Amino acid sequence: MAWATQENRYGDDKVYDACGLFGFIDTTGTLHGGDIAITALTNMKERGNGLGAGYAAYGLYPEFADHYCFHVMCRDSASRTELDDYLRRHFAVVHDEPIPSRAVKGILDAPVVWRYFLFPQSSHMAGRDEEDYIVHEVMRINSALEGAFVFSSGKNMGIFKGVGHPEQIAEFYRIHEYTAYLWTTHTRFPTNTPGWWGGAHPFGLLDWSVVHNGEISSYGINRRYLEMHGYLCTMQTDTEVIAYASDLIMRRHKLPPEMAALVFAGPLWDEIAGMPEKKQRLLRAIRQTYGSLLLNGPFTVIIARSGEMIGLGDRIRLRPLTAGIKGNILYVSSELAAIHLVEPDIEYTWTPLGGEAVIGRLGEQPVAPAKIRPTIKQSLVVPGLGALGELAEEVDYV
Amino acid sequence: MSEKARPWPRPTPGPLAALVEKSPSACVTLDVQGMPYREVNHRLWELAESGIETIVLRGVNGQRYLGTNLRKRVRVLIDGVPGNDLGAFMDGPRIEVFNNAQDGCGNTMNNGTIIIHGSAGDILGHSMRGGKIFVRDNVGYRVGIHMKEYGDTRPVIVIGGTAQHFLGEYMAGGILVVLGANLEPGEMHPSHYVGTGMHGGVIYIRGPVKRSLLGKEIGIRHPEEVDMTLLSNLVGEYAAHFHTDADDLLAPPVGSEWIKLLPLTKRPYGRLYAY
Repeated sequence: MAWATQENRYGDDKVYDACGLFGFIDTTGTLHGGDIAITALTNMKERGNGLGAGYAAYGLYPEFADHYCFHVMCRDSASRTELDDYLRRHFAVVHDEPIPSRAVKGILDAPVVWRYFLFPQSSHMAGRDEEDYIVHEVMRINSALEGAFVFSSGKNMGIFKGVGHPEQIAEFYRIHEYTAYLWTTHTRFPTNTPGWWGGAHPFGLLDWSVVHNGEISSYGINRRYLEMHGYLCTMQTDTEVIAYASDLIMRRHKLPPEMAALVFAGPLWDEIAGMPEKKQRLLRAIRQTYGSLLLNGPFTVIIARSGEMIGLGDRIRLRPLTAGIKGNILYVSSELAAIHLVEPDIEYTWTPLGGEAVIGRLGEQPVAPAKIRPTIKQSLVVPGLGALGELAEEVDYV
Repeated sequence: MSEKARPWPRPTPGPLAALVEKSPSACVTLDVQGMPYREVNHRLWELAESGIETIVLRGVNGQRYLGTNLRKRVRVLIDGVPGNDLGAFMDGPRIEVFNNAQDGCGNTMNNGTIIIHGSAGDILGHSMRGGKIFVRDNVGYRVGIHMKEYGDTRPVIVIGGTAQHFLGEYMAGGILVVLGANLEPGEMHPSHYVGTGMHGGVIYIRGPVKRSLLGKEIGIRHPEEVDMTLLSNLVGEYAAHFHTDADDLLAPPVGSEWIKLLPLTKRPYGRLYAY
């Protein structure tokens, strides 16, 4: 039995949680240190309970940019030997090494973490194209191999995650030593089932990564639809469903993210009824084609792939999402304070409507919605009290 | 409140006590950068109990539940973005935020005033029972959800800009005012499903709303003279807090009007499961 299946020991249909998210993309491709991501995420302490945290970073391995990088976790060295064998039989492994990590107080029973830079060989692909082959193999390893789990499988990107508080996981994986142009991060608050290393977010497949807050009540129908398209949901988490759905409609069906947002969180029928005829036709067509991928229930997600970051909330906004822009950097976060903390000179902040995607792309200057005015530094003048900076009697109380 | 029920011990004498003795109305500045919310609230409580009248909090960044344990008539000025549930269960103080506020501001607040010199997030005034909240700009989803009133205690929320969806959802009492000051002439409020499940209280909106997407449980009326007197007072307070002109905000916008939204029934779902 696969590790992921065993970890869902209560046979639950799915796993619930409520979490904190933060992500940013520098659209010029400039690399930024992981400390920004760590600072923002740890500021939302109340949104996690130490049962899962993780980081996804893009632009991470320029020296191996053309190779897929598998981040794997294994129960023990025997499981890793088995996985190592498997990978060498099915791929050409260019380089492999342990993922640098250090012992951290409070992190117990960490798995063996390793990374493989590899590419598929056409003799193995049996009619599949390269990316479909990767998807197929990741599914096979995660559902069939005992004690091994591939948690990141894209090019020039990587996911780092585990059970612990955000700062513990950051220290474990030495996140502050990496630089990337796009970071997404997650702190977890699982509510119904135990957290385990593979179940932490971000969830990844190919270069997709998904961090997620909420729970999707349409999980069953979404999962069945994805299984018809060859995606095996082994994790019982909403996040997994969103990653596979993104891969299906944005990579395989080539829908742009703006359209994908209408699939996942399209407007309500009586909102559609009031729209211009042409738009109504489009929205009806989307619902008819992809009705089974409509995500119902409360959620906020940050979906990322190489060069692109998408922040999206459910259509009646039952989970928070806020956005900000400073120069070429687009921020999305569960809480506004986290954005202010890492960028005190933020130029624009706003709260998108439910179902309204916030999208950042490499090479495209991020733009705030037309109605959003620049954030003005407040003068902090209080009537009868003067400017806050000029208060007469300050005491050093701390 | 009995001595026993106090959440924190009384403050110990020190430089603070000396300051208070010298000038009981002194203003104290506290830098709370990186300080956990429990400690911030503890210090706020100490200061308020010592008789300090104005407390300035600097370096606030996401600390939750600020002011939740205050029962004195103290004034708290916040420099930074406070965390969720600002002033939750608050009973009397006046909090001013010189930035935007996050979600859940004024949650189940009992008395006092919150003034936001910026925008506020979702569920502002959630289950609020009394006191007033003024927001200079815009607010998020479900503002005023399940506000309630009893006797003379009527909570009030005044929003200068506009609101996102489900304004006044399941509202059971109190007064919600949306001024639409930042809308262009002829521009509609973006708010859908206003007053869904509303069964008490009143919502006043200045400017056009999409009537086909209002909640099904409410009726639209023209404000009468008594309503305009109430609005005149509340808009006057708003204008005083944010230094703008009350008359401009009270006059209906060009080509539009004030509307008053009332629940049609006290039990909108009374018949839902009665087949």
